[in-house]
This record gives sequence, structure tokens and C-alpha cells, in this order.
Amino acid sequence: MFISYLLSGVSLGAIYALIALGYTMVYGIAKMLNFAHGDVIMVGGYVAFTLSVTLGGSAWVAIIGSIVFCTLVGIVIEKVAYKPLRSASKLAVLITAIGVSYFLQNLALLIFGSNSRNFQSLVSIPVISIGQATVPGETIVTIGVSILIVIGLMLFINKSKSGAAMLAVSEDRGAAELMGINVNKTISLTFAIGSGLAAIAGILMCSQYPMIGPYTGQMPGIKAFIAAVFGGIGSIPGAMIGGVVIGIIENLSKAYISSQLSDAITFVILILTLVIKPTGLFGKKLKEKV
Amino acid sequence: MKNLKRIIAMLMAATLMVAAFSACGDSQETTTAAQGDESNRAKTAEGGTFLIGGIGPLTGPAAVYGIAVQRGAQIAIDEINAAGGVNGMTLALDFQDDEHDAEKAVNAYNTIKDNGAKVLLGTVTSTPCEAVVEKTYEDGMFQLTPSGSSVNAICHENAFRICFSDPSQGTAAAQYIKENLGYTKVAVIYDNSDVYSSGIYEKFVAEAQVQGIEIVSAQAFSGADNKDFNTQLIAINNAQPEIVFLPIYYQAAALILQQSSKAGYNFKFFGCDGLDGIIGQLEGDAALAEGVMLLTPFVSDDPAENVQSFVQAYQAAYGEIPNQFAADAYDGVYTIKAALEQAQITDASADVREIGTALSEAILQITVEGVTGTMKWTEDGECAKTPKGMVISNGVYTAITQ
Repeated sequence: MFISYLLSGVSLGAIYALIALGYTMVYGIAKMLNFAHGDVIMVGGYVAFTLSVTLGGSAWVAIIGSIVFCTLVGIVIEKVAYKPLRSASKLAVLITAIGVSYFLQNLALLIFGSNSRNFQSLVSIPVISIGQATVPGETIVTIGVSILIVIGLMLFINKSKSGAAMLAVSEDRGAAELMGINVNKTISLTFAIGSGLAAIAGILMCSQYPMIGPYTGQMPGIKAFIAAVFGGIGSIPGAMIGGVVIGIIENLSKAYISSQLSDAITFVILILTLVIKPTGLFGKKLKEKV
Repeated sequence: MKNLKRIIAMLMAATLMVAAFSACGDSQETTTAAQGDESNRAKTAEGGTFLIGGIGPLTGPAAVYGIAVQRGAQIAIDEINAAGGVNGMTLALDFQDDEHDAEKAVNAYNTIKDNGAKVLLGTVTSTPCEAVVEKTYEDGMFQLTPSGSSVNAICHENAFRICFSDPSQGTAAAQYIKENLGYTKVAVIYDNSDVYSSGIYEKFVAEAQVQGIEIVSAQAFSGADNKDFNTQLIAINNAQPEIVFLPIYYQAAALILQQSSKAGYNFKFFGCDGLDGIIGQLEGDAALAEGVMLLTPFVSDDPAENVQSFVQAYQAAYGEIPNQFAADAYDGVYTIKAALEQAQITDASADVREIGTALSEAILQITVEGVTGTMKWTEDGECAKTPKGMVISNGVYTAITQ
């Protein structure tokens, strides 16, 4: 019993973790909350859906096409919506991000209509049974992919030249510029990677919960945001662990406390985290310079 | 000088804004007029154009219902106009978006009133309907909601509905499960953020007690955003029910069927009218819907002649199979037509309150043979018709046979 609940929590949490990675990556480098991240996931899902179901392409065509498309979308969004606001207040950028989120939702509504569609899973690994409990193949892939992405991102940021530029930009944008780092290019790259991750998250989410609609990205986006805050926003391993923990908490509260209150409990965690440990599990303490 | 420039700039901006807004207004009016023109071509009207106002979500997460209602109503209006209109009047539809939001619905109501609507076909969803019914009552406008199923959606004497009320569905479902199917151990999954779903659930629980049905597990989820039902399914599997009752909409039900089959459970499912559309939603996985039972007034595969002609017209116009909301709206327009004939209203420019009073009396005297069944109305605004017990077998709805 408990094992079944735990495992279904892990499969839900793995999806949150994957989404939270993109959130936390963009926040860590560009220091902005990209509330449109959840909707880029939806875009990724729709592109994969169009390529695989409507046009009949293979799974790999759908996956690669979707990643490429979302990467481009991320770059365009950053250029059009966020770059002109580089020196504006944080609030202005935040509100623009919400605007982009609504824009993407309504664009999808126009193109694909309001009916949600059935997404054919792109993962062909069968269900695995452990005693009475079962784990869908999608979950294993999701967890594997999340771990690979965490390792990949850590290596990229800590070992590569562009990664070093990202770290520099995240620490002090002005100083980085003085040192000859192209800040705009670095932030663009961050958005490109973040949106590519969103495409992967979108495909895996829609494979596990086979339905796609214009609002598919909204709620998972918010839950993943909670996961990112819980794990310490800006911290890549934090996002991974935060996501899985939030998924488990959500499912266990559904099972043992009340299936009606599970969302409320998840949001209470966000409030408690912000009150007790605002930097989250793995967050760095920011020094305010005077 | 600088100030002057600023003032001029602001004035120009203001003019532009006004121009933009009036342009919007104009274009809307022309579309309504254009629709009128089209129908005029079918037959020149003597009594003028009788404008039916419609309100429902055309955008937002509930848009699928509003769009279905708008389309279903339009098909009925086109048919009626092609056949010569009603009492010499042609019908036209002015449908406004409410985004499934009570406040926006009241704004939309003011818009259709300003545009000259004489009756209201709406609103589509229950929550906005509860707000708008107060306004139509103040103005004395006749209101017929195709699908607003909560009790308070039609709490005044000028308001009627086509669909079943939530309580009647809950009660009917409990009776059907016990009396026709003979099950006594039932599990329920319902949406606690939705008046439709929780309304049915509450009445189901009450009637289950009367019928001696044991509810072995009641699981909730909140909102259409919810996609993970594994926990609820595990809990239900442990409770070992004979049947699982799903008083929810088909999108969530499709996910439940998929996750249940993936986890290897073998439940029997039973639902209400919200499940109609599940075969289309499952697309490639349609086999999962095999054996799902539901109580519904409308099924698109019903061989009855009027149902098939409606389904074909809808499919030809919009390229998809109509759902129950479209059917309710279609019947709604024909009900308005029948009531207009009964009340012998021939002047499309008559006073809203006058028309409202006449129609509210007339609807009690008529019987309408619609695609959702044979309908008669009672003074509390409810529509009396019998739900049909259907089971999905080989991908089509067939009547349950014992």
C-alpha cells in the first residue's frame, strides 16, 4: 500500500523535477522568474503531438523537432519580451513573463482549439511491477533523464567556457560585462537551454499523462515552481530533489490526509518554506551588499 | 511648450483608442447584420429579426462547452430560418464570451442587451449562470440555459433549462446502479472544485443511503488541471468496489481510464452526461472505453432520425461530432421557437419583459421532441425527460439490456 503510494508520488515528482530544472536554471543565471516556462512545456508537447500524431513522424523526429522548436521559441521570447526590459524593475519583467504565458496559452487555443487531445506516449518501455505496486515505464525514463540533465548541467556550468560566463553573469552582471563577457548572448543561451529542457519535460509529461490542451502547462508549472523554491531556487540538484519530494508529499497527503486538500497542502509547503527557510533546501544565502 | 505637446499627444492617443473601440463595435454589429442578411436571403422576413442572446465561455479552459453551444444553436437557427423562420420573424444569434467567469458573464449580458437581444440562451456553465439569472430576473428577460445544471442557475420564474439538474442526475444514478445493475458497493471519484461534479456527488451519497448502497471509497480531485489519479485508483482498488461512479467530465475520465488500465486494474465504470465525448477524447485508446456505462439524455450514435440529421449537419459545418452541450443548445433554440409559436409572438421589436412573461407561460404548455429526448417543463424551470442507460460496446453507445 504505502509502497504503491510512494512510487506513484515519485512518478509525479519526477515530472515536477524536470520542469523545476528549467525554472531554476533560468532563475539562477538571469535572476528572473520565467512564469512562461510552464507554457513552453505546453508548446513542446503540442509540437511533439503534431509531429508524431498529425504528421506521423517517429518518436525521435518528434523529440528532436520539439526540442529544436522550443529552443528557438525560448530565444525569440527572450529577445522580444525580456531583453528590452533588461534594465527595468524586476516587477516589470515578472509581469511581462505572465503576459507571455497568457499569450502562449491563447495562441495555442487559436491554433489547436480548446479541446484537449489524447497524446500517444513516445516511451515504449512496459510497466514494471514490484510486488503489488507498479511503476510505469515513463517514470523510469523521466527519472533517468532528470538525473542525466542534472549531471549534464552541472558539468556544463562548472567545466565549459560558456558555463563559466553564465556563473559570472549570475554573480555580478555589471562586472561580467566589464570582463568582456557578452551578457546578452549568455542570457540568450540560458533561455535556449531552459526552453530545450521545457520541451523534454513537455514530452515526458504528456507521455505519462497522455493529454494535451492549451492549459496543460499551467498547474504543473506552478507546482514545479514550488518544487524549485522548496529545493532552493537557483540550485540545480535542489530542483531535482525538491520536485520528487513535492510529488511524494502531494500523493501521500492525497492518500492519508484527504484527497480534497492535497493542493492546499502543497501550497502550504510553499508558504512554510518561504517563512522558515526562504533560501530552500540547497539555496545559497545571498549577501546583501551595502 | 512641452506640456502642450504632451496634451496633444494624449488627445491623439485618446482619439485613436476611441476609434479602435468603435471599430470593434462596428465590426461586431456588421457580423450580426451579416448573419441576418444571410437568413434574409432564405426568406424575406416581415416580423423583423428576432435576436437570441447567447453567453458562454468561448476562450479559457471551459471553452469547449461554450463553443459547442454556440455551434449547436447556430445550426438550429440556420435550419429554422431556411424553413421560413418563426411567425414571420427570422432568428439571429448574438453570442458573447464569458470565459466561465461570473463577472464577465454579467458584462456579456449587458452587451447582448445593448445589441437588442430579446431572450437569453445561456449561460453555458453553472457558476456564471447563477450571477446572470439575477440580472435577467430584474429585466424580465426569458432565460433558457442549455447546460447550466446547478440548482440556483434557474432560481427565478423567468429561467428554465434543457439539461438535467445536478441533484436529479445524482439521484437517478444511484437508483439506476441499485435497481437496474444490482450493485451495492460503489466507489466514487469526483471533482470537488466543480459545482456540477460535487453537486451530483452529494445527491448520489444521499440517495445511496436510501437505496442501501455502500460507498466504499470516495476520492476527490480538484480542477481540470489535475492529471494524476494513481493515488485515488490505488485507494479504490483497496476498497474493492463492484463499480466506480465517475460524476465528472470526459477529459478527466479519459485519464482515469488510461491510468487504471496501465496499473492493471479492472474496474467497471459508470458516469453521467459529462462522460459523453469520452470515445473521441481517447482517440487511439478508444478500446479502453469498452464497457463504460453512462446515464445521458443524448448520444450521437442514437439511430433516431432527428438525432442523425443534427449530427450530420453539425459534422458538415464544423468537422466534429457534436457533444451533449451542442445538442442541448440545438434543443434550446427549438424550444424557444416552440414557445414563440405557442405565445403567438410576431413582433421581433416587442418589449423584453412582455416577451419574457409570455414565453415563461408558454413554455409550461408545450412539449418539445428534441434530440435530447421528449421535454416538458415544470414551474420550477426543470425539464422533465428520462435519461437513457447506455453502455459503450464495440466503440458505439448501445442501450443497456438486462
